[in-house]
Amino acid sequence: MLEDYIRQKVKEKEILLMAHVVVGYPSIEESFDLVQTLVEAGVDLMELQIPFSEPIADGPVILQANQAALAGGVRVDECFGFAQKVTGAFDIPFLFMTYYNVVFKRGEERFFTEARDAGIHGAIVPDIPPEEGESYMAAAAANNVDPIFIFSPTSSPQRINYLARFGRGFFYCVARKGVTGAKTDFSAELDEFLSRCRKATDLPLALGFGVSSRKDVEFLRGKAEVAVVGSQALRLLNSNGIEPVGDFFRSLR
Amino acid sequence: MDKPGYYGTFGGAFVPETLNATLEQLKVAFEQVKEDTSFWAAYQGLLSTYSCRPTPLTYAENLSRHFGGPRIYLKREDLNHTGAHKLNNVIGQGLLVDRMGKKRVIAETGAGQHGVATATMAARFGYSCTIYMGEVDVARQRPNVFWMEQMGATVVPVRDGARILKDAINEALRDWTTNMDTTHYVLGTACGPHPYPEMVSYFQSIVGSEVSDQILEQAGRLPTRVYACVGGGSNALGIFSGFLESPEVELVGVEAGGVGLETLKHASRLASAHGSVGVAQGYKTYFLQDDDGQMLETHSVAAGLDYIGVSPILSDYHEKGRIRFTASTDKEVLEATRLTMKKEGIISALESAHALAGAFREAPDMTADEVIIVNLSGRGDKDIFTIADALGDTAWKSFIIAKAEEYRA
Repeated sequence: MLEDYIRQKVKEKEILLMAHVVVGYPSIEESFDLVQTLVEAGVDLMELQIPFSEPIADGPVILQANQAALAGGVRVDECFGFAQKVTGAFDIPFLFMTYYNVVFKRGEERFFTEARDAGIHGAIVPDIPPEEGESYMAAAAANNVDPIFIFSPTSSPQRINYLARFGRGFFYCVARKGVTGAKTDFSAELDEFLSRCRKATDLPLALGFGVSSRKDVEFLRGKAEVAVVGSQALRLLNSNGIEPVGDFFRSLR
Repeated sequence: MDKPGYYGTFGGAFVPETLNATLEQLKVAFEQVKEDTSFWAAYQGLLSTYSCRPTPLTYAENLSRHFGGPRIYLKREDLNHTGAHKLNNVIGQGLLVDRMGKKRVIAETGAGQHGVATATMAARFGYSCTIYMGEVDVARQRPNVFWMEQMGATVVPVRDGARILKDAINEALRDWTTNMDTTHYVLGTACGPHPYPEMVSYFQSIVGSEVSDQILEQAGRLPTRVYACVGGGSNALGIFSGFLESPEVELVGVEAGGVGLETLKHASRLASAHGSVGVAQGYKTYFLQDDDGQMLETHSVAAGLDYIGVSPILSDYHEKGRIRFTASTDKEVLEATRLTMKKEGIISALESAHALAGAFREAPDMTADEVIIVNLSGRGDKDIFTIADALGDTAWKSFIIAKAEEYRA
């Protein structure tokens, strides 16, 4: 579903925007308002992060939102309930983003069955590489949820070809080394990385990590189908509240 | 045959893609040194001149008499340079870093022992060094922070999460994900993604290879039981490695029982009923976590055992029944520390005193012809604040107050 959706949409919009929401941050109610604001601002896809206590791929901004959500008492059950509610209310595809232990503890079968039932179309789980993910991928496929895998600038050409075999929906390209939220240099080197990714797969490419301005999104036009904006929007949410986040996304393209 | 990097169903490498290439590089470098006999000779050589290997095996005659049971021997890892078994692993990885041509090392630390060992190694090898340490641990282990900084390391207090060891590991992983081209992550215990559990146990196996000869020499027989404390599990795997092939030797891992296993204030992943299998910090093992897979806060009087996970290698031996796991409470640990000072003139680290307490609990039920070994993995000088606190020593308190007044003036 995700692949077709992206191909369709990209014909009219040229570059799509994927936003990121930590479920339960600052609260479940505010998360819902944030999703609504983002959808109204024209966001095309959305990651719903199920908070985890050890989010090793996330930098300080998203890490602290995970902690605050957990400190506020958010449970995984509620995240599924939340997903059900937003997929029913808004007409864009939603993906779950989380860490593998959340999937593992719930049980892979159960996680993906419930994700499907909640109207979720994809899962971004940065700490489950394909070599560890045989049953994970099988459970995802059985429920028609796309497991999104990640290409990194540190992935060798052989590694990218290997990963390409397992992709569904799209690939998430991380713009640089490191964790979410730090600055990215939108440079010729990034160009070159994206063209390596492009050669390895026919699936659409999303690029994330450090996308924070209209200029960055401009840069990605024609190079990636989706620009992923996470930490920058969260920073804005922290400093200015929900409404300005909508304005920010409107300003991106 | 297990999958590479797996011990039964435990282990693996659950890391973000960005780290994949670096772990591959480390795997290759480690495979090479395992094949290269000159590496082990260099490793052993450095530990015998820069540190005190082989460390002695001490017959604890007074303690043995006190319990009236088996002959008790102590493997003296407290006599390593920097005061604990941690140095073994760190020197091994330091030599590996040199081979990989990297110039910077990072490490996590709980009690500070691994941080001090890494800072020491970095000073000796000329690497730049950053140590991540939970803010709570920085507060309770200031003397170690002082030494790390004196040796030129940058100590970064980690203010996220529970601000303890697990959070320091997360932060070190984040640094590594960013700086892997120049930087090696010196993980301090037999946890984390493959090849760390195997590599750290490999370097620590030097303890087991010494002690299995020493005990035959001194006691004329294999021990009945070997006790080691278990945080991540590196000192336990080190000493147990000498006896894994001898089924008649019972191996006992002693975890942190904290306030008691009937409470949730402990760090016993295997000995308590509260641990369950999960995947975090790059590997699959038993963790202390809730039903959602969120990690719980752990508790121990010993910062070095205050950790949510345990080596996947130990989880496998636990399931196979080769190693028995038990726990000692904070209270038993202080009692064992005190007794060992009084009877043998040896100050044990609070971590290692968990193993002592486990042995002392069982010794009275054993016979005089039996032999036990306790791995005294570290010395307790660093714990002076905690031990003095726990013992409620009034003279010490007055001293600290007077010192504070002096600084305030």
